[in-house]
Amino acid sequence: MSWLPTLIKACYFLAALLFILGLKRMSSPRTARGGIVWAGVGMLLAVLATFALPGMHNRGLILAAVVIGVSAAWWTGRRVAMTAMPQMVALYNGMGGGAAAAIGAVELLGFAAAAHVSFAMSAQVGGGVSVGDTFSYRQLPDAAPLWLALVGALIGAVSFSGSMVAFAKLQGWMDKRFVFPGQRLLNLAVLVLAVACLVAIGNDLLLPWLIAAFFVLALLFGLMMTLPIGGADMPVVISLYNAFTGLAVAFEGFVLGNEAMIIAGMVVGAAGTLLTQLMAKAMNRSIGNVLFGSFGAVAGGAAQTIEGAQKPIEASDAAVMMAYAERVVIVPGYGMAVAQAQHKVWEFAKLLISRGVKVKFAIHPVAGRMPGHMNVLLAEAGVPYDLIADMDDINPEFPNTDVALVIGANDVVNPVAKTDPASPIYGMPILDVSLAKNVIVIKRGRGTGFAGIENALFYADNTRMLYGDGQAAAGELVTQLKSIDG
Amino acid sequence: MLDGFLALYIFMLAAFTGYEIISRVPVILHTPLMSGSNFVHGIVLVGAMIALGHAQTPLGIGIGFLGVLLGAGNAAGGYVVTERMLEMFKSSKKPGDKA
Repeated sequence: MSWLPTLIKACYFLAALLFILGLKRMSSPRTARGGIVWAGVGMLLAVLATFALPGMHNRGLILAAVVIGVSAAWWTGRRVAMTAMPQMVALYNGMGGGAAAAIGAVELLGFAAAAHVSFAMSAQVGGGVSVGDTFSYRQLPDAAPLWLALVGALIGAVSFSGSMVAFAKLQGWMDKRFVFPGQRLLNLAVLVLAVACLVAIGNDLLLPWLIAAFFVLALLFGLMMTLPIGGADMPVVISLYNAFTGLAVAFEGFVLGNEAMIIAGMVVGAAGTLLTQLMAKAMNRSIGNVLFGSFGAVAGGAAQTIEGAQKPIEASDAAVMMAYAERVVIVPGYGMAVAQAQHKVWEFAKLLISRGVKVKFAIHPVAGRMPGHMNVLLAEAGVPYDLIADMDDINPEFPNTDVALVIGANDVVNPVAKTDPASPIYGMPILDVSLAKNVIVIKRGRGTGFAGIENALFYADNTRMLYGDGQAAAGELVTQLKSIDG
Repeated sequence: MLDGFLALYIFMLAAFTGYEIISRVPVILHTPLMSGSNFVHGIVLVGAMIALGHAQTPLGIGIGFLGVLLGAGNAAGGYVVTERMLEMFKSSKKPGDKA
């Protein structure tokens, strides 16, 4: 069976190649769908090859765990709503981080066991000759795998517990922010302790209790680091943990001598880091600011108070206004998706288009909960690409727009991002909706947005508020629009 | 075991590859791509299988089992949600894309 190891190596090679080609295809809309299939084939090859590895024990257990894990994740992934995608990515990513940490734990425990055997041997032989010393020394792990196992385990564990907190927050199981005085100092202390354990173990202090303490501290740090981060910053954090997991996988891959893991992990680590930077840039936040500055808790002076009152409008008036408009821009936000209103909104848009109104959808880079999330949600409703405009393309068109219909978007259309330096969102690029001749905002109530900031747009002279649940309001608009003709 | 410097070269080249692949991606694909890269690091499943395959003690086997479970979840879940997201992009009737 001398061909078997070669065949397995070839499978890993093919898997790595397919991952890279798959990701490449995923970065263009036309080939994206094929991309995931290519990567999927690569994964299948790699997993099958691993089953065939010679000298593997516990094959039954492995098979059982694979079957359980795959079916559970497949089942949840199939039935989850599109709006919940960001937290599902967080959840699956956290699982990957946890798996990397588990590999690190198994390897470290193995190193520890080997080291103890060697001590016992040196004690036996140690009657007087120095042979025992050299003998025991050989049982200690090499420096590179030991350190990389440790670093990978640290990153993986942080990614695991951090992603779980991110998941819980986006799922609404946890308060959006959890802050207390001295929090940063405490977090730093936990990190320092975890690193201290890492250094001690790295210097061959392979004690099982120390390894256990190391993992507890690492998990604790991921948890505590994520707790104070607000919901609006979560996409950046999830993306960062995605890159973390990639790195952890690459490092553990080195420990196991598995090239496919090294390549796939490292590619994701680098791609994820870049993606994180792109997202942070789109939100006008630095990564450091996201991690260490608490969103909303701004020190620099009180925010300007907003004068005026919100002016309501009836659905019938709103429908007439848009029916006889020349240009309408629809600005959807996460609130629309939560209310499952995208189908109704598209139906309404189609009716307007059939009346000769020029309709466009304007998408802020971070509309939804992640860059590109809103595009997915609109695509789900059947909105074609060419009606969807990016922020940079649509912003110059707002002054020529008769009606801007804002539905479920809040912070991304808030003019205080341009006018009020004391506002936490100051400097964030926004859609210049307030420049449109008329603005209609569909909103459930008078509350503030995801970031908890008052929106000056709602009080502007050219803004009318259409209160109601997104889907009901959009349905009402459809009915009213039909009744104009009928 | 991999030679140290050879591994370093692989680390470096793979990092550049990842960076290059993402650098010109349109915003509309950020979420699916993040999900797709999330799937790719599901290769950790392979590592967890190897770790469990070599584990000797009950504790090691327990942790390894957990690792395989989590890794399988990462791979399968990542694939399903990415595929579901990208499936929708074909609903555009236009052959050209809006990058």
